[in-house]
Amino acid sequence: MLEQLPALQVVLPLLAAPLIVLVGRGGFGWAAATAVSWACLAVAIGLALRVAEVGVISYALGSWPPPWGIEYRVDALSAFVLVLVSLVAAIAAPYARRSVAAEIERDRHYLFYAMYCLCLAGLLGMVITGDAFNLFVFLEISSLATYVLIALGPQRKALVASFQYLLLGTVGATFYVIGVGLLYLKTGTLNLADMAERLRAVEELRPVLAALAFITVGLGLKLALFPLHAWLPNAYAYSPSMVSAFVAATGTKVSIYALLRYYFTVFDPAPLFETLPTRELFIALSVAAMVIASLVAVFERDVKRLFAYSSVAQVGYITLGLGVDNLDSLTGSIVHLLNHGVTKGAIFLLLGGVALKSGAVSMSIGSLSGLGRRMPLTAFGLVIAGLSLIGIPGTAGFITKWYLIVGAIEFGLWWLVAVIVATSLIAVAYVWRVVEAAYLGEGGEAPAKTGEAPLGMLVPALAMTALCVYFGFDTSFSVGGAREAAELLLRGTR
Amino acid sequence: MTEVAAHYSYWITIFLMVAGMYILIARGNLMKKLIGLATLQTSVYLLYIAPGKLIGGTAPIYAEGFTTYSNPLPHVLILTAIVVGVATLALGLAIVVRIREAYGSIEEDEILERDRAAD
Repeated sequence: MLEQLPALQVVLPLLAAPLIVLVGRGGFGWAAATAVSWACLAVAIGLALRVAEVGVISYALGSWPPPWGIEYRVDALSAFVLVLVSLVAAIAAPYARRSVAAEIERDRHYLFYAMYCLCLAGLLGMVITGDAFNLFVFLEISSLATYVLIALGPQRKALVASFQYLLLGTVGATFYVIGVGLLYLKTGTLNLADMAERLRAVEELRPVLAALAFITVGLGLKLALFPLHAWLPNAYAYSPSMVSAFVAATGTKVSIYALLRYYFTVFDPAPLFETLPTRELFIALSVAAMVIASLVAVFERDVKRLFAYSSVAQVGYITLGLGVDNLDSLTGSIVHLLNHGVTKGAIFLLLGGVALKSGAVSMSIGSLSGLGRRMPLTAFGLVIAGLSLIGIPGTAGFITKWYLIVGAIEFGLWWLVAVIVATSLIAVAYVWRVVEAAYLGEGGEAPAKTGEAPLGMLVPALAMTALCVYFGFDTSFSVGGAREAAELLLRGTR
Repeated sequence: MTEVAAHYSYWITIFLMVAGMYILIARGNLMKKLIGLATLQTSVYLLYIAPGKLIGGTAPIYAEGFTTYSNPLPHVLILTAIVVGVATLALGLAIVVRIREAYGSIEEDEILERDRAAD
């Protein structure tokens, strides 16, 4: 049983989806989706514990030994991301019941939960697989499910947002598969570990460089690397509340994971960072994302779009650590996958409660006014998560910025430290706009209903908020896991 | 010159790839955008399939008198990619139908204009 854990991680949500469709009832759909999410979290924790013991778990799917068969490979980095994805899923799934009931027609509930399970299966599969083409298939499973989930949003703008994401997301996936094709032509293998070994022996570098470019742009589209982020703000803003939270917390992170995997384990990172301007490119794009997207967020009127632009900026922090490329900055990058995941997840879950109570389809900053009186717990949660977004000591966001700054100083990039601090100040500006409306705004238009969101939504949202604080104090799992993953990525490169 | 001509399948691949991207970017009609997307995806099928075929090679089934076999793996991969492409296209078309129901148009600029008018 324990040996089968890597397969169960993907098979459980993958099987739940058709089961939910066959039963065809919304209540069962929710129960099954929640049970599967919790089971996935248990499996992910089990895998993480075993990885801590034995190092790397290699699972030959269908007993076909790698490199011929598809290999599932769990190491320190993938175990960390598996826990992140399934943790967010386990908190978001119970939340879905009331939120989905309010936002989606009754007869479509079971389809929603089926899509959610497929999305979860795709994301977990992308992380656990050790096969380049299998990663593409899981990327498409999660992407197609995400397009559907976004299109279920209450406004008609959700359809256009979903269509735009479908176009750009498919171009990204196609570029990725072109890159994999070139690597396959050069090495004759699709197993990532095997490919890495054979790439070291390849002498003609031009096809490999072309593959690198295609994979970088392809995954860059999926992870919303500035300036390839055009799809993200609308996709997050117009999707149902639960989808905003789940996708914002996990979707881009998994693509960043795939990028890290290619940059540090498949391609030879030494020439990548020494002979190519990889470092300069990533630092430049990340700084642009951090500054420009944060500034756009300051002037955004729609609350969900505001936090979506903030996500683009936060992805910038993650890719910044990749660009600086030393142990501390990479630790910061990887730990920010988790820290930003729970922070943004908490914010969108809380906003879902606000949307439910106000009954409004779109949420302007003005509609938050008086929130501190109407929904004191929700407003307080938003403040805490907002502080974590800024990076105040005692919250998860601070831990990330600490490691990024230490990494930048080690490298002698003092101006970068100034940029990180300056963009945190811009974050203060946009978070303050929300806080100002919630606590200092006049009553504004009278909301449809008063009081807090129902407990089924409030408890998961506050649990996620509590995690923002928890990971700010106890970093044994977050930084411990991230540091191990960063050491793994840097091993053998210098 | 022969070098260029001998690689004609690559030239077709690159042409389809660029043509697909161009349609996707330059056309405002959502249906045409999907056609561009499908063309781009099709070009990748060629990129995988063409190098897998050996001239004079047969299907990889052991038989007397045949010693050259084509590589079956790219075919299998592309079978999967075709399924993914069909699913993407089907979902894209379904969303276009819904957009037409909601907006009464499938022209990008008209849709954006109606969104602005509604705000």
